[in-house]
Amino acid sequence: MNVLDYVVLLGTILGIALYGMWRTRGRHNLASYLKGSGDAPWLVVGLSVMATQASAVTFLSTPGQGFASGLGFIQIYFGIPIALVIIAAVFLPIYRRLNVITAYEYLGQRFDAKTRLLGAAVFLLQRGLGAGITIYAPAIVLSTVFGWSLDATIICSGLVVIAYTVSGGSDAVNVTQNYQIAVIFAGMVAAGVVLLHKLPAGLGLHDALTLAGGMHKLQAVNFSADPRERYTLWSGVLGATFLMLAYFGTDQSQVQRYLTGASLRESRLGLMFNAIFKIPMQFFILSLGVLLFVFYQFEQPPVYFNQVEWRHQAERGNADRAHAIEMDFAVAHARERKQLDAWLNARGAGDTVAAAAARAAVSAAHDQVETVRARAEMAVDPTGKTKDTDYVFITFILDYLPHGVIGLLVATFFAAALSAKAAELNALGSATTVDFYRHVVKPRASDAHYLAASKWFTVFWGLVSITFAVSATLAENLIQAVNIVGSIFYPVMLGLFVVGFFLRWIGGTAVFWGALAAQALVVVLFLCFRHDLSYLWYNPIGCAACVLFSAVLQPVLGGQAKSVTA
Amino acid sequence: MNPADDKSSGSTGTLTGAADSGNDRTGLPWLRHWRTLYAFVLSVFVLWVVLLTLLSRIFS
Repeated sequence: MNVLDYVVLLGTILGIALYGMWRTRGRHNLASYLKGSGDAPWLVVGLSVMATQASAVTFLSTPGQGFASGLGFIQIYFGIPIALVIIAAVFLPIYRRLNVITAYEYLGQRFDAKTRLLGAAVFLLQRGLGAGITIYAPAIVLSTVFGWSLDATIICSGLVVIAYTVSGGSDAVNVTQNYQIAVIFAGMVAAGVVLLHKLPAGLGLHDALTLAGGMHKLQAVNFSADPRERYTLWSGVLGATFLMLAYFGTDQSQVQRYLTGASLRESRLGLMFNAIFKIPMQFFILSLGVLLFVFYQFEQPPVYFNQVEWRHQAERGNADRAHAIEMDFAVAHARERKQLDAWLNARGAGDTVAAAAARAAVSAAHDQVETVRARAEMAVDPTGKTKDTDYVFITFILDYLPHGVIGLLVATFFAAALSAKAAELNALGSATTVDFYRHVVKPRASDAHYLAASKWFTVFWGLVSITFAVSATLAENLIQAVNIVGSIFYPVMLGLFVVGFFLRWIGGTAVFWGALAAQALVVVLFLCFRHDLSYLWYNPIGCAACVLFSAVLQPVLGGQAKSVTA
Repeated sequence: MNPADDKSSGSTGTLTGAADSGNDRTGLPWLRHWRTLYAFVLSVFVLWVVLLTLLSRIFS
């Protein structure tokens, strides 16, 4: 990074943050702070929903996922259009009619106080942990770029986000997210253009796709019925639909965003905007990873992308072993490059027999490269906090993009981190204030008191997420870790709302104990069968278990089902 | 049970303005009803799955 990069980075991030604070100055009541002024048009709602889901993890880690595993991850997004249509048709009209601030107020009205508190507590627990992961991703960028310690970077960037969120409130989140998502789109498109330009001369897009396809990177849709396979059409359409239904329909960080719409129409159209554009957006980001894979077949990458960690392990007395691995990697990569050239020449000459043989040789040479890379990963501490794929995209950015664009891409990661983090902290502060503090601890206080409490709770959750990020050990790719945490807690939350919406003969006591039993079941599944069952299947199983347990317990525990009437 | 039967108890959510009145129309020129819009969204999704499947097959 040079001066131009820093100017672009700081100018973009600070400019948007300061503009958001200026635009929303003077918001001094709890309603506007938590729920916004309620005048957002559909595009603002749509971009805000998109920016809240698409954190820095999305833009940092997803290309690495595409690089390592290809397009298959796109199937987790198959649940979004189906889920958003259901939410727009069923959930949203109820929320708006009840005029709630948090989704869990609905549970209080439909069931009872303890069920409302259970829903809010599950949200606070899982979103608090998720917020830790949100803050972890940009810290990776910073620690790589500046050579800082990861923990120090988490703490510093976390404190900046807390300050920005506390000063802003819901309207500031909306205002800044619109500009932040513009920066994000600009950065990703710039990276895509540069990446295409950097591919070897004579290698057309069709050749690049053929090469990637030959290495199994374009297997976007998997029809396998094996439940152990993480991403298939079925786990995407069934499992991920429940995950997305729970996330968009019951997670306060999202509910709070689309309730800022000026009307039911604006909120619905904002959701439909995401239902249409989310899959192509994720396809584009994953495709960047696939193109990176193609690019690095012709340009030798580092044997281990996280160079800071690689140097550390070499300095720990393993310098000779590290050097040997690097030499082996260079030889293996050169051999693969030679086979690639032979394959391209055979294709250019129209010699299909030679092309087929060369393609097989490329595949064998690539296996050698991956074997050496696996040795490198073993050489680095296997209990390290991240997988190396999270460093693929940032390494390309720093090594190959021109100055100015580097600053824009780093600003992209920060913009994404700030937008998602701000929405999460805003939601955590809201749920704690409305569902716990105002509802249980101090029911009759002034508006100014609740506003101050909300800001303090926002600070509290920011500090919790920092603590989690610093102490957590993440063995998964970051983007997958986010979804695994969600899949453990979301299904039961969704089950509470499904019972509330559709099974109105079930009362609060039955659904409360049914939900706890279902949560225990999901935790047991995760602990005992995590390698035998894709985590996406926890979502329909947990939701169905909550509904089933509640229905079974209702005749046993009795209790009057409460009707939400005018 | 029809979830549309739910109505506000008026006991919460008093911090903001009134709830929505009925909104049957999307206000869009070609997709005027919500059911039509939902069908369009789901059709686009199916189209994406088909295109991605073709991509997988062609370059496998």
